[in-house]
Amino acid sequence: MQFWIIQGLNSLSLGGLLFLLSSGFSLIFGLMRLANLTHGAFFMLGTYFGAISLRNYSGLNIWVAALGAGIAVAAIGGLFERLILTRLKTNPLGQVLVTLGMSFIISDACLMFWGGDSIPVPTPQSLQAPTRVFGFVFPTYRLVLVGCAIAAAIALYFLLERTRLGAMIRAGVDDRQMARAVGIPVSRLFTIVFCLGAGIAGAGGVLGGPILSAYPGLDGDMLPLALIVVILGGIGSLLGAFVGSFIIGFIYTFGSALFPELAYIILFLPMIFVIAFRPQGLFGRVGA
Amino acid sequence: MKWIAAALLAVALVLLPFFAGDFYVNLASQMLIAAIFALSLNLLVGYGGMTSLGHASYLGVAAYMSALLTSRYGWGHGASAVFSILGTTAMAGFFGVIALRATGLGFLMITLALSQVLWGLAYRMSGVTNGDNGIGGLTRPMPFGISLDSAAAFYWFALIVASFSFLMMTVFAASSFGSSLKGVRDQPRRMAALGFNPWMIRWITFVYAGFWGGVSGLLYVYYNKYIHPTSLSTTSSAEALLGVIAGGSGTAAGPAVGAALVLLLKNYVSAYLDRWNMLLGAVFVFIVLVMPTGIVPGLTKLLQRRPR
Repeated sequence: MQFWIIQGLNSLSLGGLLFLLSSGFSLIFGLMRLANLTHGAFFMLGTYFGAISLRNYSGLNIWVAALGAGIAVAAIGGLFERLILTRLKTNPLGQVLVTLGMSFIISDACLMFWGGDSIPVPTPQSLQAPTRVFGFVFPTYRLVLVGCAIAAAIALYFLLERTRLGAMIRAGVDDRQMARAVGIPVSRLFTIVFCLGAGIAGAGGVLGGPILSAYPGLDGDMLPLALIVVILGGIGSLLGAFVGSFIIGFIYTFGSALFPELAYIILFLPMIFVIAFRPQGLFGRVGA
Repeated sequence: MKWIAAALLAVALVLLPFFAGDFYVNLASQMLIAAIFALSLNLLVGYGGMTSLGHASYLGVAAYMSALLTSRYGWGHGASAVFSILGTTAMAGFFGVIALRATGLGFLMITLALSQVLWGLAYRMSGVTNGDNGIGGLTRPMPFGISLDSAAAFYWFALIVASFSFLMMTVFAASSFGSSLKGVRDQPRRMAALGFNPWMIRWITFVYAGFWGGVSGLLYVYYNKYIHPTSLSTTSSAEALLGVIAGGSGTAAGPAVGAALVLLLKNYVSAYLDRWNMLLGAVFVFIVLVMPTGIVPGLTKLLQRRPR
């Protein structure tokens, strides 16, 4: 019984982490029709920024670090979008290849600056004491992480559904040309959404740090998870990213606990299943 | 003129070991292997319009199967080669069914996810694959009792296989099936209206490309006598894709040239500094921004423009 509850809570926290990773990816894909393969590298960059700043400035709070890293990664993403991606507007394949090239550059730069050893991100002191859930002891930080993901999901929901910016983004997702025709600055929206997606990934990287820690290859570990989540949930759908994250969180956690060597295969079974029977994903409206 | 150049090139390739040192002969063998691999990817990317970011799966799986069968289960090289290629082709058939549910970016993402899964398996299933240590101490086969342990012997062996696969893939692309493949790439709806089955054409190409990817994987493991999970990684797929695009996707020889250039670059850069991945990324960005049609078509255009 203890096993199931503890692993269930672990699954929830992994799911929360995955949502912070994949919501930005899904958002960017939905609007820009761009598979942003730099996303794992953005996440890793965030983790490294968090790990380094928390190591060097001991008074720093992890929430401040997450905010700072999110803004820094968003700025890098914005530059990348403005300087390179806009030049390839008519060449979607070229865009993907450039994001892949960019991810190699970022991950190698991380290796160059911060070396090959993993750098831990300390759990904030106030959250180090474990919490009792149904009489079982569980790390408080992981529960807070789930809370962060839910807060991010609600914030994104309100941004997309209740604000003028969100309405413009939705219009751009549904019909880019019509949106342009009625005067929505789609090109500027692209930059905003790319910054936003990169920033969420960067901040998520810091928040995931206490669980994952910063290490070379983190980007390669996270990118396929993001891909699987959005393929499963439906590309461009916030709800899909949310549900997909928790499904994958559960499958991955229980898969690793019960069949450690096969966790990777179990992980991709639901993806095959969804692709076979519902290629647009669980909540997607358009096919990839 | 073109034929004389081709004949000269062929003679130079055959005679290479007589005037080049072992280092260069080995480098040439690696180039041939990379060329087969890139050409097989070119069938998908260039002729089929299916950009795969998971082609290393076929190279890696064939190499791992051959390594496991010969070293752990004591199979002979002949049987294990046949079984590895069959297994890899069957896997391509299965992956094709999954990945071809989507086209374009969806296809790319699915192939990437599938290859990452295999890479993760190679790393984590250390009971089978020996994990990060890789599988070493392998041997090269002895076709007709001829030892391939010298650099020159292996080079000629690789040259024979590479020539044959180049021929087979060129014939494939030039055949009427190849034409229908290009038709499906450019106008899938019209092709469907004409009575072709676009999905089946894509799937057959996918499997065929997987087959030749497996062949390059066998040569790869014979050459290195060692296999490590990195050969299944995205970097490995991306290197091949860069070779294809840099050389000119959809041309017969371009990808072979591109792959050889990428390999040369990698060898020379690795000798002086260890920032290969960063350079690979930068070259990727540069090629896509500046030379999107590739080096060989670019040069061809330059040569044609010159007055005769």
